[in-house]
Amino acid sequence: MLLTNIEEIPGKTIVEHYGLVTGSTVRAKHVGRDIMASLKNLVGGELKGYTELLEDSRKQARERMIAQARELGANAVVNIRFDTSSVAQGASELYVYGTAVRVE
Amino acid sequence: MDAYFSIFMNIGLPLLIIIIAVFTGSILEKRHFQSIEKREKEMSGIPVLNGKKYPGERPVEKAELVSGSVVISIDYFKKFLAGLRQIFGGEIKSYVSLVDRGRREAILRMKEKCRDADLIVNFRIKTSSISKGRKNKIGSVEVYAYGTAIKFK
Repeated sequence: MLLTNIEEIPGKTIVEHYGLVTGSTVRAKHVGRDIMASLKNLVGGELKGYTELLEDSRKQARERMIAQARELGANAVVNIRFDTSSVAQGASELYVYGTAVRVE
Repeated sequence: MDAYFSIFMNIGLPLLIIIIAVFTGSILEKRHFQSIEKREKEMSGIPVLNGKKYPGERPVEKAELVSGSVVISIDYFKKFLAGLRQIFGGEIKSYVSLVDRGRREAILRMKEKCRDADLIVNFRIKTSSISKGRKNKIGSVEVYAYGTAIKFK
């Protein structure tokens, strides 16, 4: 599956459009990570637990989008956008969307 | 003896925490900036464009989505200073450097995922606060950088 965030796949031509495909996930951080983050917060710097958590969640959202595209018979997704919003206390929603296409 | 202990618990301990935070926090920040500068020099071979078009029509071998992200937090002492700053208004320098650190780190991580690419087009960067609604207990931001890495033939 080819992914880009521009309107085309450079070097290939789009032969068919399948429309919008999306993937999303809502994740909460667990208490252990929260406590570790509070401790790390004392001296500042990267909160590795949270970075990993968000990376994992984005990957999952992306996988869901890819699965949807595959179901439609696409072999690429173009114009991908990411969005993050906090839907509840301590939980964030990760949303990814794009256009499924077939390229040759 | 009890009085001394309670004085220590109420004044001494927070003060000790602040002092530790000041030193380790600023040392860690300085070290992080040094590493960022070093890696930026290493990675300066990959130009990043935030437009969709790139100069020169050349055959493309590979195009793929690349991304990098980081969650970074401010130290206790700087957060305290920022709180003071909010009384008088003006620029909060400690948060400026925090966001700067986060953005540069995210861009570097994105570039490090595609070391063989020739350039990155349609670069986008997003900053969001992930601890919203928790009375800002943790002063942290998440930075997410993404773009399309292109490798020419």
